[in-house]
Amino acid sequence: MKRMVGGRARGIVMRSFRPINFLGMIDKRTGMVGDISHDLHGRRLAGSILVFPHGSGSSVGAYTIHSLQSQGVAPAAMICERADLTVATGCAVAGIPMAVATESEMGMLRGGDRVLVDTDAGILEVE
Amino acid sequence: MQLTPDEEAALSGRHGDIMQMAYRILVATGEATGAERLVPVEWVHLSGVNYNTIGDAGEAFLRSIRDRAKVRVRTTLNPMGFDIDSVGSYDLGEGFIQKQRSIQESYAMMGVETTFSCVPYDILQLPRPGSQVALAESNAAIHANSLDGLHTNKESAFSALASALTGKSPYGPLRQDMPPDMAVEMAVSDPTELEWGMLGYFAGRVCEGHAGICGAVQPDTRGCKAICGGMGTSGMCGRFSFGEAPPGRERVEFGPAEAAGIRDELNTAEKGDLIILGSPQLSFGEIRDLVAMLGGRRFAKKCMVFCPRTVKERAAAAGYLDILERANCTLLADCCACLTPLVSAETTDSVTTNSIKGAYYLGRSNGVGVCLKPLNRIIREETV
Repeated sequence: MKRMVGGRARGIVMRSFRPINFLGMIDKRTGMVGDISHDLHGRRLAGSILVFPHGSGSSVGAYTIHSLQSQGVAPAAMICERADLTVATGCAVAGIPMAVATESEMGMLRGGDRVLVDTDAGILEVE
Repeated sequence: MQLTPDEEAALSGRHGDIMQMAYRILVATGEATGAERLVPVEWVHLSGVNYNTIGDAGEAFLRSIRDRAKVRVRTTLNPMGFDIDSVGSYDLGEGFIQKQRSIQESYAMMGVETTFSCVPYDILQLPRPGSQVALAESNAAIHANSLDGLHTNKESAFSALASALTGKSPYGPLRQDMPPDMAVEMAVSDPTELEWGMLGYFAGRVCEGHAGICGAVQPDTRGCKAICGGMGTSGMCGRFSFGEAPPGRERVEFGPAEAAGIRDELNTAEKGDLIILGSPQLSFGEIRDLVAMLGGRRFAKKCMVFCPRTVKERAAAAGYLDILERANCTLLADCCACLTPLVSAETTDSVTTNSIKGAYYLGRSNGVGVCLKPLNRIIREETV
């Protein structure tokens, strides 16, 4: 696991296998995934350990992540396969721990798992 | 990423909380791009302007830093939510206008030029080729790397803001002159700007760095802008060039089947209630071409045309504004089709556009149906 934004969080894994365009897909006030074609459609991101391939699309998605945090509906941490600037900097401003995981770490994470993430210490544990 | 002692001091908060935030953002950007150091940039273009996209949290964030934050390099700005000349014709409400004005004031107080354009390459004198810059608007970043000889990361709204406040940006792979990571073969014959936009959208999905487009010659400026818009919408790819990738790199084909797949995804209506042009915004040359292509005919339905303020002024001076108004077009400056608050699913079922980027955001975020057609077909089928 490689740290992008330092921090520690506990929560339930919300697993997506599709990139997330934070500007286009996520309601910035509720954290609800509005895109009907996305595998997380209708889910709320609040408090989750959000595990997904990477962010996509508009650079303004970083503001969406900050807005989710301001509204108290942001994920507790984000774990991606690959780093992109929209997600990394959105998490940096919002203070959300974020890391890029290895393939085997990604394979270990299943939706519904309760996990502990500490991106500073490089800890990722299924509890 | 290695920081100098002065940069370390800023990160630890010794130069105030604004600089600390900026360096935190730059460090996250550096980690995400794998950069080893920061380099000076000569120009920054910011996104995060339209109140419809950044919302109350974004407006409050900018208001909270504007008294203390000042840009250190030339910094220009993406479109906002409306054209002040015609805002009264749309049902935005006083609250929206007030918040948008606050965002505008915040950027102006920080020393940003309020250009309100997503096509800075069409309206500004650019730094000389080879310069390092930091552009947050995805289509403009791709344009800079691919067509203007400039170098930028595919910045986020916050990484570009941090670069404006510090004059620096991480030296990521897109800043270095790397060969294409893979080849995308254009196998659709006689492509219009719509197919070029689809190719960009496709390449943005399959390629993460620099896409080499082969099998076709470089299209005209409208085709190139369509590639930039489509590519910026779908993924992480930040550059394209025309030509082969080095031997051994992956090669994928963009043919009729791939184009049909994207059409199935983005074309959600048989016809549109109104026509939308300008995502990215149209240049003066594109406005002139539109007038010529119309040839005195008028659209049978309302056509919204998005462009920069300077382009609208030039169009007015050239007499095009009157011609286009008679042709049922409304020219809208300072805003663009991407996440426009001027089109609402409450009053509009569907729109017709030639833009892949526009189709994506109008469909996903505005929630309206989209009918995709190239401009020549829109003019042939939708004018009287």
